Amino acid sequence: MDDRILARVKGDPNYQALVKERSAFGWTLAIIMLVLYYAYIAIVAFVPSVIAIKVTGTITVGIFLGAGLILVSIILTGIYVARANSRYDDLTRAIVASATGVSK
Amino acid sequence: MSRALRFAGPLGVLASPAFAAGPIEAGTRQATNWTAIIIFAAFVLLTLGITYWAAKRTRTAKDFYAAGGGVGGFQNGLAIAGDYMSAASFLGISALVYTGGYYGLIYSIGFLVGWPIIMFLMAEPLRNLGRFTFADVASYRLASTPIRAMAATGTLVTVAFYLIAQMVGAGQLIELLFGLPYLYAVIIVGVLMIIYVTFGGMIATTWVQVIKACLLLGGSTVISLLVLAQFGFDFNALIAKAVEVHSKHEAILLPGPAVANPINAFSLGMALMFGTAGLPHILMRFFTVSNAKEARKSVFWATTFIGYFYILTFIIGFGAIVLVLTNPEYHVGGDVKAGLLGGGNMPAIHLAHAVGGDLMKGFIAAVAFATILAVVSGLTLSGASAVSHDLYASVIRRGKVDEGAEVRVSRITTLFLGVVAIVLGVEFEKINVAFMVGLAFAVAASANFPVLFLSMLWSGLTTRGAVIGGFVGLVSALALTVLSPGIWEAVLGYPKGSAWFPYVSPALFTMPLAFLCCWVFSVTDKSARAAKDRAAFEAQYVRSQTGIGIDAAAAH
Repeated sequence: MDDRILARVKGDPNYQALVKERSAFGWTLAIIMLVLYYAYIAIVAFVPSVIAIKVTGTITVGIFLGAGLILVSIILTGIYVARANSRYDDLTRAIVASATGVSK
Repeated sequence: MSRALRFAGPLGVLASPAFAAGPIEAGTRQATNWTAIIIFAAFVLLTLGITYWAAKRTRTAKDFYAAGGGVGGFQNGLAIAGDYMSAASFLGISALVYTGGYYGLIYSIGFLVGWPIIMFLMAEPLRNLGRFTFADVASYRLASTPIRAMAATGTLVTVAFYLIAQMVGAGQLIELLFGLPYLYAVIIVGVLMIIYVTFGGMIATTWVQVIKACLLLGGSTVISLLVLAQFGFDFNALIAKAVEVHSKHEAILLPGPAVANPINAFSLGMALMFGTAGLPHILMRFFTVSNAKEARKSVFWATTFIGYFYILTFIIGFGAIVLVLTNPEYHVGGDVKAGLLGGGNMPAIHLAHAVGGDLMKGFIAAVAFATILAVVSGLTLSGASAVSHDLYASVIRRGKVDEGAEVRVSRITTLFLGVVAIVLGVEFEKINVAFMVGLAFAVAASANFPVLFLSMLWSGLTTRGAVIGGFVGLVSALALTVLSPGIWEAVLGYPKGSAWFPYVSPALFTMPLAFLCCWVFSVTDKSARAAKDRAAFEAQYVRSQTGIGIDAAAAH
């Protein structure tokens, strides 16, 4: 990448917005995922009896937590994709257009 | 200590999403199953046809390594799922639920939760920076030669342990499922894999993965529905019946003794979560899509399919408790107190028979074989790429090599890896493959992942920091695994309790150690190279965020 394009991209407010928003959003979701997963592992490791508490019929807290974590994984990745496909892709297109368009 | 030991056994079954044949008891070879053989033959014919078609489309290095970069997000998501869901996931996790109940679900979750992390922090920069291997990304701004040498070592170690595990597992399973001798089974897997990869490259490998993923998801769905149908689609009734008939009764709803040690639970959780993000054959799949948008679609679909699949394995495991555990037909000598016919990994296969007769059993057996074949192909292609693209083209020839020669080296390496895999598969027939796979995961989380992650996201990482951190992670993960009860006591035969490292997985210690070494040896690095490494971060970051410059690089 030549230095002029680099300088132009770095100065582009869209680029600054993209980097700031995406990294904040990505890390927020990643931390949510880490906290949920390691909270689950902590329950398994320190208070395993909670896992076997029955909620409805024979379906236990553990089964809800397990299925819940699987669903949360899918839903969070879905949320990220939805946001990235609209907001981030629009910003990226604008950045690429202004950086490479002018240089030609 | 005894707790750690008990843990080592069942862990083997699913220490890997790829395949770990842990406790397959050497036992009763099954009668030749013609349904399975015919369905499998159909799969082989179809995939060979695809390989022939793919071979004609494989002209450039990009075709060979990355299927021309033209795979769609949905298709790549299926292929990733195909690479990731394996006979171990299917047979191993359902077997673990069968013996331990809730215990199995803990591992399923561990295998899944790495995917969101890959999505949020890694998928897009990975696609924007890399071409064919993850070493491309790690060496983007760092000194190419040492970084590629390190990354290729990490790749080959990971792939080698996986591959041995696959071959041994394949041989044992096929012997049991098809009634074929072990040696034939290993040779069949090796030869087919060589054909797919050398002729069809990534295009053929991708399609093999996609077809296998569809077969596995379809087969598991049908079995689960047939199980639930027996309980009027009342999940509650299934669980209640399982608790009633299982010898452990209510205890199958608890996590079980194996994860009662918090260090084991956390260390394993860490290896599973971050190991996923360091598996070279999985990372390589990100370079088969055309842009960052397709890369994130891939992760979404992969997460969805893999998550769905793990929910099914839970139902299958509980179904097996009710329908297989109590049925003398499936036990040695017709005695429900004796082991299962064919060994401990067979509950899902017997369950297929219980709900769908010989036809269903044959189908599922064929799917299990196809699964192994697909995973082995993905691994081999990844190992061959590390040798040809990283070691040969970049380290030995310093980039002065034409594409044709590079791909030729890759094909020769594939042939070589295939032969080595067959020989090792035969040689290691008796080894407990579980540890090989556990090792592969630990290495991926401790060596590949920290270097890749920091190279993309931390401007301060220097060549020296990455090389030292990566090698420290690699060596410490290898050493602690050898010193753990799984190898020290179970394989090397030292007395129980003598293992130097008493835990199941080293990741809790070795992964932070690798990060620490990367950091310490980077911040103290005052060399000219380090200044260059840091200065190049900005341009790399801009490209990783926007994708600007990919086209120019791709044409180079």
